[in-house]
Amino acid sequence: MAAPTLRRRRSGTGRRRAIGWLFVAPFGVVFLVFLVGPLVYAFYLSLYSQGLATGTVFVGLGNYVQAFTDAKFLNGVLFVLVFSVVLIPIQMLVSLAAALVLDVVTTRLARFSRLMIFVPYAVPAVIGALMWGFLYSPSFGPIGDFARLFHTSAPSILDSNLLFGGLLNVVTWQWAGYYMIIIYAALQGIDPSLYEAAHIDGANAWQIALRIKIPMVGSALVLILVFALIGTLQFFSEPKMLTPMSNGHITPSFTPNIYAFNLAFSYSQFNYASAISFALGIVIFIAVYVFLFVSRRRGRIL
Amino acid sequence: MTAIANGRTAARSSGRAATGRRIARRRPQVGAHVFLLVLVVYFLMPLWWVIVASTKDAHGLFAGSAGTLWFDKNFHLIQNLQLLFTYDQGIYLRWLGNSAMYALAGGLGATILAVLAGYGFAKYDFQGRSFSFALLLGSVMVPLTALVIPTFMMLSQVHLTDTVWAVILPSLLNPFGVYLMRVYIADAVPDELLDAARVDGAGEARTFFRVAFPLMRPAVVTVLLLSIVGTWNNYFLPLAVLSSSKLFPITVGLGLWEGLASSNSGTGTVSLWTVIVTGSLVAVIPLIIAFLALQRYWQGGLAIGSLK
Repeated sequence: MAAPTLRRRRSGTGRRRAIGWLFVAPFGVVFLVFLVGPLVYAFYLSLYSQGLATGTVFVGLGNYVQAFTDAKFLNGVLFVLVFSVVLIPIQMLVSLAAALVLDVVTTRLARFSRLMIFVPYAVPAVIGALMWGFLYSPSFGPIGDFARLFHTSAPSILDSNLLFGGLLNVVTWQWAGYYMIIIYAALQGIDPSLYEAAHIDGANAWQIALRIKIPMVGSALVLILVFALIGTLQFFSEPKMLTPMSNGHITPSFTPNIYAFNLAFSYSQFNYASAISFALGIVIFIAVYVFLFVSRRRGRIL
Repeated sequence: MTAIANGRTAARSSGRAATGRRIARRRPQVGAHVFLLVLVVYFLMPLWWVIVASTKDAHGLFAGSAGTLWFDKNFHLIQNLQLLFTYDQGIYLRWLGNSAMYALAGGLGATILAVLAGYGFAKYDFQGRSFSFALLLGSVMVPLTALVIPTFMMLSQVHLTDTVWAVILPSLLNPFGVYLMRVYIADAVPDELLDAARVDGAGEARTFFRVAFPLMRPAVVTVLLLSIVGTWNNYFLPLAVLSSSKLFPITVGLGLWEGLASSNSGTGTVSLWTVIVTGSLVAVIPLIIAFLALQRYWQGGLAIGSLK
């Protein structure tokens, strides 16, 4: 055990410091084995290439050069970026509006709504996607009913240009309630005397919402944005699940994660798949970091 | 009806709610309720559809007598449940059990690790603490699905793929849970209390279990729920590391069935769609019940990360 240090008395003896490590150690082991380990291993694998004739050869950054000139990978990256840019504002708007309303209205219906809006969060993404897949289907869902009413054939959302919107809807449905609860909880933490003061100064409900409430929950909004960004850039479960229903419109390289999955498990290109995974991880890490930097709130949440 | 409800609530509510009400007079309240009702209808619609569809037979699922959003003439739920639990030698029940096992083992394990580590970070000034915590925060930004394929490769090196450990062990990793616990413990567990316990002769372990732990309960329940949901809902990891269908969790199992039903849309698969629909309903019930039953705990707990 380390000898007691004299410098910082408040923190106690060296023995107690060692105990601090003991508390952190079990998580530390898991962290090293299942986070640092896979990252390092992915990078290692990505430096090699495997061919039937050539065997395993060291190619340096060759796989990355291939990835960043691979139209399939780049299209997947472009898709998730565009998807995030469209999705996140919609999600934020829905969850923020719901939270602001729930903060003001305190009836039984409001409490009931709060729970019901949250319920989709408890539904696995895969099953949520499946249920929406059914609702979209011309033969199972209400869209079909509606079209039959007018004797036309229903549009098939998953195998047409409507696919983008269809996926937007699935993800918004899944997550807006969770985000709403986070914002709502933050709103509830605001000191109500602020509203009283603003009210006396002649502010109306809109002004109070825009000038006091939204700025006061800023750090919650940034947290949600970061979650949404990380979640959307690694888009996998929903499009993967809807692939069989999409008649080929969800391609094997639809998103970077789906591409990496198919490279690994359909084509056994594990080295290239590792490079894609690692590149995706880096792209997301940088995107989030840049976002946090730009929003100038780095110190406030992380 | 809304007006009556408003009146009652106003009479009961405290100063804060009354302030809110006075600011947002009656007309906005009607608008607000309509807005909320629209949201409720939207968020419940897929669940409503799946409830209705689970009561239909294979024919009714495609051509119901009352449309896709209302019950059919013949009520077929019991038969559908029987079919679901006997289909393919009752594999569905096995998937459900696997999901529960992965979620409980992974969720409980991740929570225990997060509570211990959060306490260590919040209350001990050990060497390398700031560096480790900075590393932890950085790792929150690492997309965990990018780790799935390398994790699979690693596990296959030690012959652990296609075992329950391949799902449970990686699920123990929950950096955000550690962050939540640290933030919560730093505020909710006063140093003075811990020092007092130590002065009274309690060891570090006893101080943790008897003094600190009871104060962490809301955060522990929240982290536990988040971890359990994360593991229960996980799809990518089990899809990658498992190959025998006996080990599948419910998400991967339903995906398997959906692929089968879509790929050969002949006559034989019509009943498979009803099995999938009923299976979806049964699979979403446990977590919805858990959330509704534990709402008292998680509603406050979810705010922890954002208040800091």
